[in-house]
Amino acid sequence: MTEKYDAIVVGAGHNGLVCSALLAKAGKRVLVLEANEQVGGAAVTREFADGYSVSACAHLLYQLQPEVLKDLKLPPRLVSGNMTTIALAETGKHVRLSDKTVEGVSGKDAESYREFRKRMTRFADLLRKYLNKAPPRLGTKDVKDIITLGQLGFDIRRLGRKEMREFLRLIGMNIHDELDERFDSPLLKGAVSLDAVLGTHLGPRSPNTIMTYLYRLAGNHGRVGIPRGGMGSVSNELAQAARGAGVTIRTRMPVKRIIVENGRATGVETEDGERFDSYTIISNADPKRTVMDMVGAKHVETGFTRRIHHLRSKGNAAKVHLALDGLPAIKGLSKKDFAERMVIAPDEHYVERAFNPAKYGESSPNPVVEMTFPSFRDETLAPTGKHVLSAVVQYAPYELKAGWNDSARQVFMQAVIKTIAKYAPDIEQRITASELLTPADIEREFHITGGHWHHGELTLDQFLFVRPVSGAAQYRMPLDGLYLCGAGAHPGGGVSGAAGRNAARAILSREKAA
Amino acid sequence: MISQPVHQGRLKSPFYSRLEKLDTVNEWHEWKGYSSANSLYCENTEYFAIRNATGVFDLSPMTKYRITGPDALDYLNRLVTRDMAKVGSGRVAYAVWCDDKGQVIDDGTIFHLRKGEYRLCSQERHYAWLTAAAIGFDVNIAHETEDVAALAVQGPTSYSVLKNMGLKGLEELKPFGLTHLDFHGAELMISRTGFTADLGYELWIDPDKAGALWDALFAAGELHGIRAIGTHALELARIEAGFLAAYEEFLPADETVRTGRSRSPFELGLDWLVDFKKPNFNGRRALADEKRKGSTWRLVKLDIEGNKTAHHSYIFSKAKANKEHIGFITSAVWSPICKQNIALGTVRTPYGKPGDSVWVEIFYQREMHWNRDMAKATVVDKPFWFPPRRGATPPAPY
Repeated sequence: MTEKYDAIVVGAGHNGLVCSALLAKAGKRVLVLEANEQVGGAAVTREFADGYSVSACAHLLYQLQPEVLKDLKLPPRLVSGNMTTIALAETGKHVRLSDKTVEGVSGKDAESYREFRKRMTRFADLLRKYLNKAPPRLGTKDVKDIITLGQLGFDIRRLGRKEMREFLRLIGMNIHDELDERFDSPLLKGAVSLDAVLGTHLGPRSPNTIMTYLYRLAGNHGRVGIPRGGMGSVSNELAQAARGAGVTIRTRMPVKRIIVENGRATGVETEDGERFDSYTIISNADPKRTVMDMVGAKHVETGFTRRIHHLRSKGNAAKVHLALDGLPAIKGLSKKDFAERMVIAPDEHYVERAFNPAKYGESSPNPVVEMTFPSFRDETLAPTGKHVLSAVVQYAPYELKAGWNDSARQVFMQAVIKTIAKYAPDIEQRITASELLTPADIEREFHITGGHWHHGELTLDQFLFVRPVSGAAQYRMPLDGLYLCGAGAHPGGGVSGAAGRNAARAILSREKAA
Repeated sequence: MISQPVHQGRLKSPFYSRLEKLDTVNEWHEWKGYSSANSLYCENTEYFAIRNATGVFDLSPMTKYRITGPDALDYLNRLVTRDMAKVGSGRVAYAVWCDDKGQVIDDGTIFHLRKGEYRLCSQERHYAWLTAAAIGFDVNIAHETEDVAALAVQGPTSYSVLKNMGLKGLEELKPFGLTHLDFHGAELMISRTGFTADLGYELWIDPDKAGALWDALFAAGELHGIRAIGTHALELARIEAGFLAAYEEFLPADETVRTGRSRSPFELGLDWLVDFKKPNFNGRRALADEKRKGSTWRLVKLDIEGNKTAHHSYIFSKAKANKEHIGFITSAVWSPICKQNIALGTVRTPYGKPGDSVWVEIFYQREMHWNRDMAKATVVDKPFWFPPRRGATPPAPY
């Protein structure tokens, strides 16, 4: 006996939760099947050592869309954070960046930064409008496509002649050249470079790293926050909203395959052989896993299979969690600074040099680090007086030439600790437990092919009209009844909820049209 | 690294040594890297060998892929538009394959050699597409053009020639059937297939035995009028049969640059090859859409008045050519056996239904001066040449 649902969402990542909740609000009977025990996908909080908890994968909130919160009637406090970024200097003369200004650099650099951010924010705002829409398709005669395309053209033109030129000049460019022209401070250049390449397989000299930077700003003007209770609390709120709307969420139900009958998706089968039927299957999993593993090449066409197969989705960002018996001492920082976000990227060449080995399948001996002490603000995460360090470290290529064996892991972990120790010399003595999640671990634990947090590299050839691939950019896959609602779809990764919301809207509007 | 010798210049077929001896006109062209004879002594004589005796054509440059593995059938079923599950072991299927947009990449024949083991033959090379289509399938694609020597043995006496060679069991071999025999200790595969719409066979063997096979064949055929033929004679027979050729009747979709220059199977008259009962195959969605909305083009077989060949002519719906043309001729020839002025062409729908009359603008030259004729042409349904002997099993002993 199988149960019939209006829609089944494969995976309770934050996008899957958003999508399911919106469909349920529209009156649909929705089932969400999650492989892991916790909901949230890569947005979860979990204990990594006795008494120490941390956001296991995504750890900072900078992209959650107010539209999502509004549609789900969730409080806007989730997006109210505005942390300062401290670019650490060994000398203790750190540079502090906020969403509009920078301190610790020359007056010229500070002025230049204000201008830079102003322009970038304007461009990011333009982009932001399109994050919350299904991207238009090129070359169709569909009225909606034509209107959205026209609107995009108009919005770019409306920037004004000079700014439009700048936008078109910058969008494909690398961040290094732009920073080098504008700024003198190596620390400032390093910190902005890092923001442009976080979570990607790109270095500051790689093309379109201005686009990735804009994407980061587009979320919430670059304002960064840490949710109380870790990222899992965001997912839990979304799950609660979904359940409140009537969604059934079942965890520890890994979906083995999407059932295809007579050329359309008709249901899913779990690893345990349980079957659920629905004519609308929405995958929150990455495009490769969805198409190649769950559906199977047999049920889709060759051109599409080839494009999905060639999707670049090999992650390069690792996660490091340290349990500390106390806060480390960092020269030039006061205690309250531990509430902020710190980055280790002393100059822009440092970031590019860190990327160099990754091109050849090796991990960085001098990695770049984005770290926070979430327990500083949130006592629920560690025993009293103790602390948690949560860091995104790059570069740790998914396909390490030597393989991610114990010794390779140890080498990389040592490199990370050594790098942090340059700024916090007592860090090593303070570590009581540690965890390293390489992209290979992220793939295994969060079921993301390649362990890439965007489910597919965020580059111009995999963006907007062609995300994840051309012919499938509007959430609907070229298999009747199958949709994509995760980071692999437009607009991409980060805890934003935009893909989930856009997918739900696409599904509902399609139904209306039919 | 071990360096491998790279072929310089044109390749020579395993039958080159034999063809070279028979060749008197020295007219060769390039076919996928190989030298292939246009003609060996006289195009017309060669043509009449096909229709009245036996013509032997060197098929070795034909592109061949071996497709094996547990998913071979599933793989082929997604690749081509027809249902390959219906093509049993020992059978051959004419098939067409499309891209995701339902546009024809090529047509060819698929030989179900043994259970789960296939050979795909086509005029063009398709390794890139075939390997892309293999993503996600447990299947092995091997390019075996150089590993198999092949001859087309076509014409009314072909059965007698092969029987005379001592080959057994051919009386039972039906059209589109294949059989494995022994020839000098090597496996000789014989299929009752061809490009001439006449009684005929194709012989497939290890290149090392190619010379011996040729010699045995010609010895056996001496009293049956056997002759080696070139491409020109075969082309004539091909048009009489109404068969398609890549770069004539259609362009491989992956080779076109301009939109609208490729063709769907429907636009090539291959509706019978598209099986919508299959839940998925490359191009299915687009073709279902086309079926609903209608096609842009239609392939037509034309019986044209007069005797002037309509090479590359425009086709019009009215005799007065001041209106816009509705299409053009893709292949044209005077058919000696039908005594008909025939052509294949492509016209815009709704023109060109069987029985319709259209007008063909023929330019021809007489003593340097050009003349122009508007010739009436009738769209015919059936192939121009399709004798009963083609399908007779057992074949008659001519």
